[in-house]
Amino acid sequence: MNEQRPVIILIFIFLVSVVLLVKLFSIQVLDDSFTKKAERNAIQRIVDHPYRGLIYDRNGKLLVYNNPIFDLMVVPKELKIQDTAKFCQLFKIPKDQLKESLAAAKKYSWVKPSTLIKQISTTEFARIQDFLIDYPGLFIMTRAVRSYPNSTASHALGYIGEISGTQLERDTTKYYSQGDYVGLSGMEKFYENELRGKKGAKYKMVNVRGVDKGPFKDGEYDTASVAGKNITSTLDMELQMYGEMLMAGKKGSVVAIEPKTGEILAMISAPFYDPNELTGAEFSRNYLRLNRDIEKPLFNRPIMATYPPGSIFKIVQSLIGLQEGILTPNTTFACNRSLVACHNHPNPVNLFGAIRNSCNPYYHQAFRMIINQDISTNTFKDTEIGLNAWREKVLKFGLGSPLGVDMTNEKGGSIPSSRLYDRVYGEGRWKYSTIYSLSIGQGELLVTPLQMANMVCIFANKGYYYTPHLVKAIDGDETLVPGKFQIKHEVGIDEKHFDLIQDAMAEAIYGTAARAVIKDIVIAGKTGTAQNPHGEDHSVFFAFAPKDDPKIAIAVYVENAGWGGRAAASTASLMIEKYLRGNITRPELEEYVKAGKFIY
Amino acid sequence: MRESDIQINRVDWIAVSIYFALVFIGWINIYAAVFDSQYPKEIWDLSINSGQQLVRIGISIALITLIMVADYRFFENLALPIYILFIGILVITPFLGKEVNGQVLSVGFGSFRIQPGEFAKLTTALALAKVMERPTFDLSKKNYQIIAFSILLIPVGLILLQPDTGTAMVYFSVLLMFYREGLPQWFFVLGFGLVAVTLLGLGIENNLYLAGAIVIVVAILVSLGRRTWQRTLVFSLIGLGLIAYIYSLDYVVGKLPPHQQNRIMVLFNPNIDPLGVGWNVTQSKIAIGSGGLLGKGYLEGTQTKFDFVPEQHTDFIFCTLGEEFGWVGSLIVIGLFTALLYRLVVMAERQKTRFSRIYGYCVVSILLFHFMINIAMTIGLFPVVGIPLPFFSYGGSSLWSFTILLFIFIKLDSSRAFQLGRLN
Repeated sequence: MNEQRPVIILIFIFLVSVVLLVKLFSIQVLDDSFTKKAERNAIQRIVDHPYRGLIYDRNGKLLVYNNPIFDLMVVPKELKIQDTAKFCQLFKIPKDQLKESLAAAKKYSWVKPSTLIKQISTTEFARIQDFLIDYPGLFIMTRAVRSYPNSTASHALGYIGEISGTQLERDTTKYYSQGDYVGLSGMEKFYENELRGKKGAKYKMVNVRGVDKGPFKDGEYDTASVAGKNITSTLDMELQMYGEMLMAGKKGSVVAIEPKTGEILAMISAPFYDPNELTGAEFSRNYLRLNRDIEKPLFNRPIMATYPPGSIFKIVQSLIGLQEGILTPNTTFACNRSLVACHNHPNPVNLFGAIRNSCNPYYHQAFRMIINQDISTNTFKDTEIGLNAWREKVLKFGLGSPLGVDMTNEKGGSIPSSRLYDRVYGEGRWKYSTIYSLSIGQGELLVTPLQMANMVCIFANKGYYYTPHLVKAIDGDETLVPGKFQIKHEVGIDEKHFDLIQDAMAEAIYGTAARAVIKDIVIAGKTGTAQNPHGEDHSVFFAFAPKDDPKIAIAVYVENAGWGGRAAASTASLMIEKYLRGNITRPELEEYVKAGKFIY
Repeated sequence: MRESDIQINRVDWIAVSIYFALVFIGWINIYAAVFDSQYPKEIWDLSINSGQQLVRIGISIALITLIMVADYRFFENLALPIYILFIGILVITPFLGKEVNGQVLSVGFGSFRIQPGEFAKLTTALALAKVMERPTFDLSKKNYQIIAFSILLIPVGLILLQPDTGTAMVYFSVLLMFYREGLPQWFFVLGFGLVAVTLLGLGIENNLYLAGAIVIVVAILVSLGRRTWQRTLVFSLIGLGLIAYIYSLDYVVGKLPPHQQNRIMVLFNPNIDPLGVGWNVTQSKIAIGSGGLLGKGYLEGTQTKFDFVPEQHTDFIFCTLGEEFGWVGSLIVIGLFTALLYRLVVMAERQKTRFSRIYGYCVVSILLFHFMINIAMTIGLFPVVGIPLPFFSYGGSSLWSFTILLFIFIKLDSSRAFQLGRLN
């Protein structure tokens, strides 16, 4: 009986084996999700954070470095404290706090490390280092925060902070991960890729409770971190700090550039803040406070504030007129104050006199000749053609769009075109009498202090500029500076036209800015007054020096400080002397600026 | 030619070789399961499980020697007394044994402990063989069915008191032997039907669907055959009974201890709680699944070594194999088990006495069940029940009981020349 039953039993045994093998094949070979899950389980990637590059000033003085801070970590399971009182005394921690921190650590994990004492200073670390060996379960974790030894150049250097969610999403290279620090403004942001270095990774194995079980595959896949590149800035720390001292308590900008290279020597935005405030644990709190401050200390005025250029723009008008052949050094206009207001000066004036005396009616008339060249018989149409042609020439001076400085959020200002007036007044419904304010640098013109300083460079260089920049060398190598900072930009004005301009500027300061005069240093300068509908005018001064071999071009804005010849001219003059001589021969002028009483 | 020479020559070396191969692979996997690369120890270090297991393997060899030199009649003669002795031990285990996780599984002194539930499988197999060997014993008859099931169900009842559901389930594997010995087919049709309805009842959320399906099946069956009122009544009653059974299932499951309820739930949806109830199965599948085709290499596994898989050296020892040796390793071990089971069926069929054949099929049944259920549970095909993988899992009771179980049969097989043919 039952002859076929052993066969059925054998078939059943085979079926069972086949089912098991098929299921195993599907999870072991076909489905690779388990491999990933296993890695997530047992292999921990520990990022080895590289040292961020340091930033030096042009003379090799340290501006930014990494300050190690030490956290005392605890693994509760391994920690044995026999004498709590002694422990508290050694580590200078109140008993209650120790109890609380330990309880929190235990609550987090008995076997994973938690922070026991945060941010121990270097000296304190040196003191407790010897005791650590007596307490298994305690160890030091080192972190680095940015530190600024002289608390200077906060806006130019910028700050770093934890990467935001949106930045993470935009990071197509997938370099960053949650909690990483990135440059958020200034050079820190612009040179993020150079400064950040390269992260390394260590792979270690952990068991189910998260306890370290040694390196994965003996560290075969581990990579070492590569420290970031050091950057030499174009800033002159001494000059920067001096400028900050002068601008303390005021609002405004100072931008000083080396004309021959476009290297920014000093860039001050007042009010400023101590860059050390935006580091480490206090970042969030301080950032919130600075961000709420009605004085807007985080606002980077030299590249973000825009003002009407005022009188300095008359030089641009003169140069365009000369280049076009519309003006000659001998072109003379009457100072007709029925056209536009002016101050008392000899009348009539030629071009030299017009610059020297900043004659408004002169430019009202000269600008009309530049704009209305009778190309069209229709005066509206003719103005439109003239304005747009003129605008093209103005843009060459680095105006109307961001210069491309190596900082983020640079504004471009605005040079109006016919479209703007068409929009405001309607097409064919405006002519020269509508736009004549442009002739003296008012009206719809807007320029940043950086563009202003750059314009001074053009006057000093007699017709060219290099894009202003903050980087002088990367890892000590000047050739690594981005190529765009090594391109010479010609502005389309022949060199010969600049002599008259420079002479007039050198003369001008005797008239309008006598405070700026420095014995033995010939300064070519020009005052300006940026009209401010909201209060006192802004005091503005531009200069370069020495006139025959310009080493510094400077633009100074002091907001609500009235006439340019006082606050701005004095500040600029002191800065020039500081840079060229290294010391100040006029302490009374320094006191005058520091006192800050310019309206009287 | 002396009797002992003949015996040695007749020993089935294929089965013996497969046994040692499995024990060896099991042993190196136990070492892998407890290996700690930071504090590496030798495989025979007595302070770790693999060293301990080596001692147990040595004792197993001693046991094998004892079995091989014993008289083959010894097992037949002692079958019933040993069975009764172990029933006695099972009775007192709950009172004298050591309680672990709410279960009382082992008795003994100090570090020497045995799990009577493991050995009672062997004694039950011997007792069944002894009782059923009589030529008149016919499993198609009700009286003999009652006797056979009684011998089976007494130890099952006692083991359920411990309570050890996994081990208790193993006893039902001898249904395979019953099948070979002529238990009517309708037993199995009914049994599988009931199991299927149970699984469906637990698996399908809404009992109404299942009840509806049963009504339709009954209606079709009634309409197909002869339409007598008796037949209609019987089918309708069976249908109603099944429906009542389905609805009672939820109630019964609700009465089960929570950990068993959870194990059943996890079978139907392993993802319900991967960190809680589903942890064992999830981690076990990750370990095996991450092995790939060729595995991560010996001692290179991470999941089992770092305790992600619970019970990694006992019930989940297959995970270590799957992780470090991959599908190829699984294939080899499953192939060895299949070969052993095939060999045992062949051996059982060549026995001259019914006693030997019945016992042989008991060995096949028990080994097959352990092998099937243990691996199925590690890959999520079966709920987690605590039964070891024969010859593989760490632990003395498990290794010894399987060794004795197997080698008594090998002994009986080698002595078959001396046995009087009593087959019918």
